[in-house]
Amino acid sequence: MQIWINGKQNDFESDSMKIADLVSILNLTGKRIAIEQNGEIVPRSSYAETQLNNGDKLEIVGAVGGG
Amino acid sequence: MEMMMNDELIVAGKHYHSRLLIGTGKYKDFTETRAAIDASGAQIVTVAIRRTNIGQKAGEPSLLDYLPPSEFTYLPNTAGCYTADDAVRTLRLARELLDGHSLVKLEVLGDPHTLYPNVIETIAAAKTLVKEGFDVMVYTSDDPIIAKQLEDVGCCAIMPLASLIGSGMGILNPWNLQIIIDTVKVPVLVDAGVGTASDAAIAMELGCAGILMNTAIAGAQNPILMASAMKKAVEAGREAFLAGRMPKKLYSASPSSPTSGMIERID
Repeated sequence: MQIWINGKQNDFESDSMKIADLVSILNLTGKRIAIEQNGEIVPRSSYAETQLNNGDKLEIVGAVGGG
Repeated sequence: MEMMMNDELIVAGKHYHSRLLIGTGKYKDFTETRAAIDASGAQIVTVAIRRTNIGQKAGEPSLLDYLPPSEFTYLPNTAGCYTADDAVRTLRLARELLDGHSLVKLEVLGDPHTLYPNVIETIAAAKTLVKEGFDVMVYTSDDPIIAKQLEDVGCCAIMPLASLIGSGMGILNPWNLQIIIDTVKVPVLVDAGVGTASDAAIAMELGCAGILMNTAIAGAQNPILMASAMKKAVEAGREAFLAGRMPKKLYSASPSSPTSGMIERID
């Protein structure tokens, strides 16, 4: 399936993935991040049960230096 | 000095002994960021929310390693947002990122050249955020009417610019800042424009509750020394404000030394 992550298209072999699976594939497990799926926040506590769908648009963000 | 010990900045019910808030951008590296913040004595530090670098190296250092959220109060900002919607989305992400943390800095910009705030979008975003339970410290212009409206929609601190973001031009309109300080009941903090220590002292002498700065420190030749200077300037300005300055007397000279007991003139 195709997932848009931070504005870029990514293809995954699996047709059934949870957010937690994706976080693991991206080596982001345990990192302090926040995820928005199609404009809606996905709480960290529900990564394991939140299904990804073909064409989903994700924003994955972190904190960086800024004023 | 007992009075000074209890003179704390109170924002959204939380007490801070430092009235200097520091931005974490533009430093050479995270070590310098940390050293400057330590020298400044700041307890509240701003951070930006940005897309995570996908496919980053495992051991890549992160700002949070150098500034643990257990030691500092994070103030996530909406820098770079030009609409209320983008600002609200960014801060919802920030709240999730920081485990439900509700204190945020709202800024909605109107123009990439000046980074001047768009106050109409700012007010719209502030309304939504307050409704959603955020404690909103809001960056705005030095327009006293807008400042009052932002207080009325429930912002917990009003943060007018002293001059443009990153300009270091200092306090360009002390009269407007004074009107805002006199009109608004929540803390008023100067955000943006401070260039050097005297600017910070002037803002505090006007009665500002605090100052938020980034470039004045990060852009100094020696950021750590400037951070220390800013700490002292904010404290000195605050004490001068609390002390109450002498009245200005344009033409009435008043010697500081006794006028009697002068030695006699030899003719």
